Amino acid sequence: MARLIRTEKEVEGRFEEVWIVVEEDPLEQWPAGPLAVVGRPAPRQDAPLRVRGEARYTADIKLPGMLHAAVLRSPHAHARVKRIDLAPALALPGVRAAIGPGEAHTFRVVERLSVQSLTAAGLEEEAGYAGAAVAAVAADTFAQARAGVEAIEVEWEELEAVLDPDEAVRRELLTDEPRRSERGDVERALAEADVVVEATYRTQSVLHNSLETHQAVCEWQGDTLHVYISTQFIWGVRQAIATTLGMPEDKVRVVCEFMGGGFGSKNSPDPHTFIAAELAKRTGRPVRCALTRREEHISAGNRNATIQRLRAGARSDGTIVALDGEFTNSVGWSGWSAGTEGPMRMLYDCENVRTVTYGAKLNTPPMKAFRAPGFVEGTFGLECLIDELAARLEIDPLELRRRNYANSNDGTPFSSKNLEACYRLAEPHWERRHEVRSRSDAVWKRGVGMASQIWYGGGGPPSYAWVRLGSHGRAAVITAMQDIGTGTRTAMAQIAAEELGLPLEHVEVVLGDSARGPYASISAGSSTLPSMGPAVRAAAADAKRQVLEIAAQRYDLEEHVLDIRDGMVVSSDGNLSTPLEEVVGVLDEAQILGKGARGPNPTGMSVLTFGVHVVEVAVDVETGEVVVERVAAIHDVGRIVNPLGASSQVEGGVIQGIGHTLSEERLLDPETGRVLTTSLDAYRMPTIADVPEIVCEFVDKPDEHLTNLGSKGLGEPPIVPIAAAIANAIRDATGAELHELPISREEMLRALREAEQRAREQEKRGAPAAV
Amino acid sequence: MSALRLTINGEEHMLDVPVGTSLAHVLREELGLTGTKVACDEGHCGACTVQVDGVPRLSCITLAHRVEGEVTTIEGLRDHPLVDAFVRTDAVQCGFCTPGQVVSAAALVAANPQPTPEEIRHAMAGNICRCGTYPKIEEAILTWQD
Repeated sequence: MARLIRTEKEVEGRFEEVWIVVEEDPLEQWPAGPLAVVGRPAPRQDAPLRVRGEARYTADIKLPGMLHAAVLRSPHAHARVKRIDLAPALALPGVRAAIGPGEAHTFRVVERLSVQSLTAAGLEEEAGYAGAAVAAVAADTFAQARAGVEAIEVEWEELEAVLDPDEAVRRELLTDEPRRSERGDVERALAEADVVVEATYRTQSVLHNSLETHQAVCEWQGDTLHVYISTQFIWGVRQAIATTLGMPEDKVRVVCEFMGGGFGSKNSPDPHTFIAAELAKRTGRPVRCALTRREEHISAGNRNATIQRLRAGARSDGTIVALDGEFTNSVGWSGWSAGTEGPMRMLYDCENVRTVTYGAKLNTPPMKAFRAPGFVEGTFGLECLIDELAARLEIDPLELRRRNYANSNDGTPFSSKNLEACYRLAEPHWERRHEVRSRSDAVWKRGVGMASQIWYGGGGPPSYAWVRLGSHGRAAVITAMQDIGTGTRTAMAQIAAEELGLPLEHVEVVLGDSARGPYASISAGSSTLPSMGPAVRAAAADAKRQVLEIAAQRYDLEEHVLDIRDGMVVSSDGNLSTPLEEVVGVLDEAQILGKGARGPNPTGMSVLTFGVHVVEVAVDVETGEVVVERVAAIHDVGRIVNPLGASSQVEGGVIQGIGHTLSEERLLDPETGRVLTTSLDAYRMPTIADVPEIVCEFVDKPDEHLTNLGSKGLGEPPIVPIAAAIANAIRDATGAELHELPISREEMLRALREAEQRAREQEKRGAPAAV
Repeated sequence: MSALRLTINGEEHMLDVPVGTSLAHVLREELGLTGTKVACDEGHCGACTVQVDGVPRLSCITLAHRVEGEVTTIEGLRDHPLVDAFVRTDAVQCGFCTPGQVVSAAALVAANPQPTPEEIRHAMAGNICRCGTYPKIEEAILTWQD
């Protein structure tokens, strides 16, 4: 029976209280370990389409009569449009329509957390950052549309721009209320601590840079709007558009069968979609609005920069007695203040913890969720601080982490936590440090560092799936979810195949269209698998029950003695063993339709993911070059459904994290607030030549309290600890303390000089130099 | 508009497009060969890689009228053993860069059927993958003949 409950829903580390209808989840979890299909490596079912260039992305959608839109963007960090003349654009060849401020709808209310960052969605008079959209043109070709944009005459009134986050906090220019929390008495604990370490950490702004830029094609058919969009959340886009345009949700159809990466930046429709919808309405033709790579770099979102002023106090036995953090998120013109303080609050068992987090509203491009927003930044600060503490205490960094192991989340039990198992798996990698260090020479210094990972990833209701099984004995899973490149389509097929007792190749997954299946979860917050997987299994179980009912009648047997294994309907006494298609062959045109829903999350429990990275680096002390040579990434995310896809997720997170740590930085001109790194030449992402040896291990133990599957998400965890682990490895190799990302050569050389200086001073004082 | 003759995947095409049109635009917009992806449109990412007489070329910064030689796109390499190798090793996540990766890799193994990891890294460094499938791409190229 369905139940109406009031529950806490978590998306990307943010919580809201919502009413949710949940259905009972009576299925018992499968036993741990590899099963017939689940837990075994499976190449992606859609891989051939993607590899052969047959998959149709939004970028490939070409509708009859389709026009192309180009966008006029503010050259100023903060300005108001005093006067705008669209007529010169409309006079140009091929131009079909032009719109200015106020003519595409804006959506300023964040109604639901699950529909993220729905701010600044249209064309506005006030441009809050250099790159904000103020007008748009539709033309027969993109080149004509661009010419139209260049012909628009604008008179700007420049306004004061605030670019410095500390100034914004001082002046209380904030995106959110400051978030304060304290348990225990931090000041007293710090005063009584044997050792106190204190440091300020800074992280930079980085860009998602999905290879498919943000884009949408909009077409009106009667009063129904068809939206083809590169998105991580079909249903969120549908809801946001319907709400903004004042339409019934069923009049908006959202399609995304294949998408070229999102990493958190594609959870909402954004201005380009509203521009395409409005221009399509005015012209009566389909309109594509696609960002160029350079537009992607100035207006498609970013992981915001942070400043973290941290203190930790400990007793000489290594007990951490106080953690204190002041965090400033440089959010930008829109976005939200992510939980940078989260790791400090949750990773260690500490009685006295105080954090305050400010979200600075700046005249800079908008923040968007980016793969574990806040926790990537906060883990860099915290886990570097913990290593500084370990050095001061002369305690092994792994041992220090173990001594402060949290067995609850500030009193709330974990649904499952196997971080200690991760630490055990990390030991052989950690043991390598003596051998790694010994391979140092005069120029290349080598060392090993580690960092722990904590993040969400439990998913939640609502999410639904249907399973259709015909007389041919093959099954289709139907649900309007999206596969953003994480391989969830294949994982869903594996779950359905396991439950139905079918070979994997007899199950296909139909997804990507709001008109072609039930509501499905957002693909963000590492939630697709834990939200959708249990619904798919429930739907498959419903279909299987019906198959066995039919088989029982056909062969005059009790249902409970029947099962399906590897495509055969079998009886427990072994007398019946018949191919499924023979049993259901009697159906002819009739179909078996199963339906399933995601059950509730366990009440009164914290559902979190854990892990640890052990990193080996080599540092050229003459040039400041840092080479990551080996990464051991160990994660606890419950049951692993597809070990092959899971290893790819981990490698991808590690590699993206290496870019974040060493080379990527979105630079702004401090005078004008304009983005300087607008091309992929200037913004340096890792290439195949930058990839270290990556060893990937899982605890692979189902979370017994979480759903019928026991799986958590894995998209985000692997990027969380890598920056701190690299910085800690550099310290191990050279003694240099890194407090700032990215660790460019200049930053590395600066830290090396500082370390030398420190060593000299210590020698003068007669103390042995710390390494 | 200016006449253009192109041989693509063994087939000859007569076209009329403005001088200055990129090869990528001709492939995708004029001929519907959308397997070639455009991700930066300025020659920095490798997603648009095609072969001209077997040599990798960035089709987004190649002028269509300047092409001399036979063009091979992903559509002409769909039965190449590398496709199965990419699928088998999971060398694909979102897949937007993948056709370009396969085209570059096919040129590499045609010239050097058993490349070392170092040679693979050298030849493939111009093809950016934001999802980070690089370890699997290396594995796919190392094992493409298996």
